[in-house]
Amino acid sequence: MIEMPIIDVRKCDGCGLCVSVCHCNALAVVRKVVTIIETVKCDWCTDCEAVCPTGAISCPFEIIIQES
Amino acid sequence: MAVQLEFLKRISYFSGLSLADLESIKKLVSERTADRAETVVLEGEAAANLYFVASGAVRVFKTSAEGKEQILSIVRPGESFNDVPIFDGGPNPASALTMGPVLLYGIKRNDMEAILRNHPQIALNVTKVLAKRVRQLVSLVEDLSFRHVINRVAKILFENIRGETGHGPRLTQQEMAAMAGTAREVVGRSLKTLEEEGVIKLDRHRIIITDKEALQKIMEVPE
Repeated sequence: MIEMPIIDVRKCDGCGLCVSVCHCNALAVVRKVVTIIETVKCDWCTDCEAVCPTGAISCPFEIIIQES
Repeated sequence: MAVQLEFLKRISYFSGLSLADLESIKKLVSERTADRAETVVLEGEAAANLYFVASGAVRVFKTSAEGKEQILSIVRPGESFNDVPIFDGGPNPASALTMGPVLLYGIKRNDMEAILRNHPQIALNVTKVLAKRVRQLVSLVEDLSFRHVINRVAKILFENIRGETGHGPRLTQQEMAAMAGTAREVVGRSLKTLEEEGVIKLDRHRIIITDKEALQKIMEVPE
């Protein structure tokens, strides 16, 4: 399982704007709610998070120190 | 596809107009479709159209001589862009790039002037849209000129490093923006700058601190 953006279905109004900006087809509107389709092509561009008008998508970063 | 009257009705510019008024405006609206990553407006060029986003999203940004990009806004359905040069007659102040396939409704400069003359009641709507834009840009100017946001972003990264247990908060750019008291667009730019300086590396959902000492130096610069 790979990390994917997180959808808060309570906030999602199914407008589909995130689907239109996703260049790797990792998002789809299913029964008026956005659903994630797991794909290694998702490069965490965070455009879906940026365009979401209701704040329903989040692309959180894990902050780590490089092993020397 | 014909310009949708229902869509025009929902645009802030045309709020309060009758269907007959909207019908006459509709004749002056042209459609434009574009795929992902198309530049629909280029900074510095003569302004041809005011655009409304009917579907999809557009990123409005400025580019520095060194090629650095500062996002000014993301334009969503129902919102407009490239308004300023249509009203002041100057060149496009910023570029606009499509974030995915888009449908745009465009109105030519002369036609917009005619619309304003024929429907003076929309002047207040236009003023409100432009006032909102000025407020948003003033806030961005404040962030970019007076606040050393990059120091704060560095501090946020440092304070939220994943612990040895493998647990630690995971932060979105929106959350970092809220913590730094700035806009998401400014955090995005700060992360890019830190990456260009070799302090961090963005690796998909990970921010890898590659030079901890340099990060500490940046966060310790007094504001």
